Amino acid sequence: MPDVFPPDTVRCDACPVLCYIKRGHAGACDRYANVEGQLVRVDPHILLDRAKSQGTPLVPFLEREGDWDGKILKGQETFVTAIGAGTTYPDYKPAPFIVSSEVEGVDMVTVVTEGIFSYCGVKLKIDTDRHLGPERNLVRAQGEPVGHVTTAEYGSQMLSLGGVHHLTGGSKSEGRVTCETLLDLCNGKEVELTIDEGASVRVAAGKPPVVNGQREERMRVGCGSATIGMFAKQWFGKVDDVVVVDDHITGVLSEHQAGKLLGVRETGIAIQGRRSTPGRYFQVAEPGTGWGGTNISDPLTILKPFKPKFAWPHLRLLMVSTTGEQFAYYELDETLRPIEKELPDTLKESVGRIRENCEPALTTVLFMGGAGGSLRAGVTENPVKLTDSVKRKLTRVTCGGAPAYIWPGGGITFMVDVTRMPENAFGYVPTPALVAPIEFTLKKGDYAVLGGHVDYVRPLADVLKEKERQRQLVSHAQNPWPLKPHAGSSES
Amino acid sequence: MREPALIRMLPDGRRLHLHDGPIDLIIEADGPPQAISTAYEAAARRFVPILDELCCELPLLRSPALKNSERPRGLIARRMFAAVEPYCEDCFITPMASVAGSVAEEILQSMVGAAPLDRAYVNNGGDIALHLANNRIYKIGMVERPDCPSLFGSLTITAADQVRGIATSGWRGRSFSLGIADAVTVLADSAPAADAAATVIASAVNLPDHPGIKRVPAREISPDSDLGDLLVTRGVEQLAQFDIDAALENGFRVATRLRGRGLIHSAALCLQKRVRVLPPSHALAANLGTDRFLKRVVCTLDGSSGPSAPEIPAELELIGRTNPHA
Repeated sequence: MPDVFPPDTVRCDACPVLCYIKRGHAGACDRYANVEGQLVRVDPHILLDRAKSQGTPLVPFLEREGDWDGKILKGQETFVTAIGAGTTYPDYKPAPFIVSSEVEGVDMVTVVTEGIFSYCGVKLKIDTDRHLGPERNLVRAQGEPVGHVTTAEYGSQMLSLGGVHHLTGGSKSEGRVTCETLLDLCNGKEVELTIDEGASVRVAAGKPPVVNGQREERMRVGCGSATIGMFAKQWFGKVDDVVVVDDHITGVLSEHQAGKLLGVRETGIAIQGRRSTPGRYFQVAEPGTGWGGTNISDPLTILKPFKPKFAWPHLRLLMVSTTGEQFAYYELDETLRPIEKELPDTLKESVGRIRENCEPALTTVLFMGGAGGSLRAGVTENPVKLTDSVKRKLTRVTCGGAPAYIWPGGGITFMVDVTRMPENAFGYVPTPALVAPIEFTLKKGDYAVLGGHVDYVRPLADVLKEKERQRQLVSHAQNPWPLKPHAGSSES
Repeated sequence: MREPALIRMLPDGRRLHLHDGPIDLIIEADGPPQAISTAYEAAARRFVPILDELCCELPLLRSPALKNSERPRGLIARRMFAAVEPYCEDCFITPMASVAGSVAEEILQSMVGAAPLDRAYVNNGGDIALHLANNRIYKIGMVERPDCPSLFGSLTITAADQVRGIATSGWRGRSFSLGIADAVTVLADSAPAADAAATVIASAVNLPDHPGIKRVPAREISPDSDLGDLLVTRGVEQLAQFDIDAALENGFRVATRLRGRGLIHSAALCLQKRVRVLPPSHALAANLGTDRFLKRVVCTLDGSSGPSAPEIPAELELIGRTNPHA
């Protein structure tokens, strides 16, 4: 291996060859190149192939270690995505590709363009019970504010990143770093974020989050109280009391309704924090990254001393977190002090089951953007009609072939799960703003009615001839086929 | 970010396309339908770990092959080394000179071992491994310039021929070349052997010190090239007829030597529209196959030795860079 390279040589990590690529050259595969010091994919325009059977690919890609059933795809229909299609900006001109194709006997038109989104951001759902930071606090990347903490949801924490104020309303470097952060998240890359007075997280779409250096494996099975309810029967008779430690609602078996119903004997256990209803405690500790989203590493710190009036020597106590990742087993000695012992086999199963019932913890990245003036003008001469057609579900909106959720109300504001889009579907312009693919698919008749650029419609076969710049991919297994004609119609 | 290997059927429903990093294979098998699908499955399974296998020995595979070199361990890496070993005392060569043909061969063997096929090919960007049974034949079209594909010849390979590997090398291709040939197509017993020989002959088609040839140290273009500081061809201006003939003659002499050593079967050398063909030796000796071979390698582009346009066979597989997006 050579030791010294010109400063703008990049090392490609798209495959294990790990080519060093000099500025202006491509790697061994001819697919990745060094463009002005940046590693760039050079086969830009992406077409999606639909599998023959029911429109769902059997195996889109063979996973490296995964099992494969030996079936192979047969290409049939093709959908032209906007990835690499180019934009209408800054001119108000027809979209770069307006493609007609016949699907199930219906003439469909897909208007394909890349949109430049100044109004955009990502919503992050991070599956973790660990406290990431107080609501409304700033989320930073490379020290620059790029978003804020919103709410805690079931088993997860929500962050909102980007938005026009961070992109263009702050300092130049705030805008640049925000754009870079959004771009990386949307393209599936890992990003490191720090939250003021909170945690530091490393997140990537579809991957487990890493909170303060610790990889989150699982979501919790439920809150502490719910966990008691779910497992009370399995614990009954095998242990005298159970505490499920949770930052939100810590549960105690002997006091909980589920324990009472089974006839679990009172242990007089006393827990720090505020009692909500019997067997359910709030605020047993501070939020943190320890047991069950609290800041504790030794669960005994939330227990007050056992009282001789209720407790007895050799009382068996299980303490466990809501994910089953942390657990400890104690027996009381003659002076009623809990002594940690090895978890008995009879309890191992229930702890294991808590873990099994926890879904894998992931980071979800939803891109959110608003389709504005020039973009809509690329579709029709009368932009408000496009909005109307989208609202009436006559026009389907997809991003790189992935379905988009359209917000009710004015404008075309949409959200899309970036993991359902082809890789590296996003780009940016130094404005700063993100470039995202967007496709509008509707019946040909409807397209004419809304004032579409019908003179620019080209048949699919025509587009497919331009092989030079195209790349065909198999559509994502979970995405509905974007060209499928809609149920409703205004063709009349 | 590592991309997963791509495994798919091409839209024609007949050919299998395997792609991973710089490896891009087009595969077609003929035989009973069940055998084809078994063979395709075997090919795909063998394919998936190949890039990792090769990359873990990459530094060794990029080092010059010498008589006492450390031998690589991987199956494909061993095929590569064995294919370049015959040249290691004559010229600079690394096992990478045979990587494309060796990958093609490995995949072909996995298919042939899995199911009874009438015939099959694995085309790795122009380096092709062939399987022919039961008197089957392949018709091959040859392309001199991958950037503007047109046929400079076509030929037929039968089950009775010893040929099971075809490879093409030239400075316009994806790999670097030390020579100036637009294309040297070699037929040999196997794809790895053909690949290594095509590389050696294409390097020999050369005019040392000719001012009209632009040469650049390989490392200046690709910092981790196995060719290091050796000068690779980046441009050739229009050459005088005698220069073309001299360069082809240089390559032709080397090709003749290789044929004498049994390393190749035959070869076609192409430079600026002129083609020289080295027929198989048995054809000369028995005066039997010459006619067949020469007629089928139709040299048309200079208009001197064949009909104006080669017949384009129905089952045409172009040599040269395949289009992975087709």
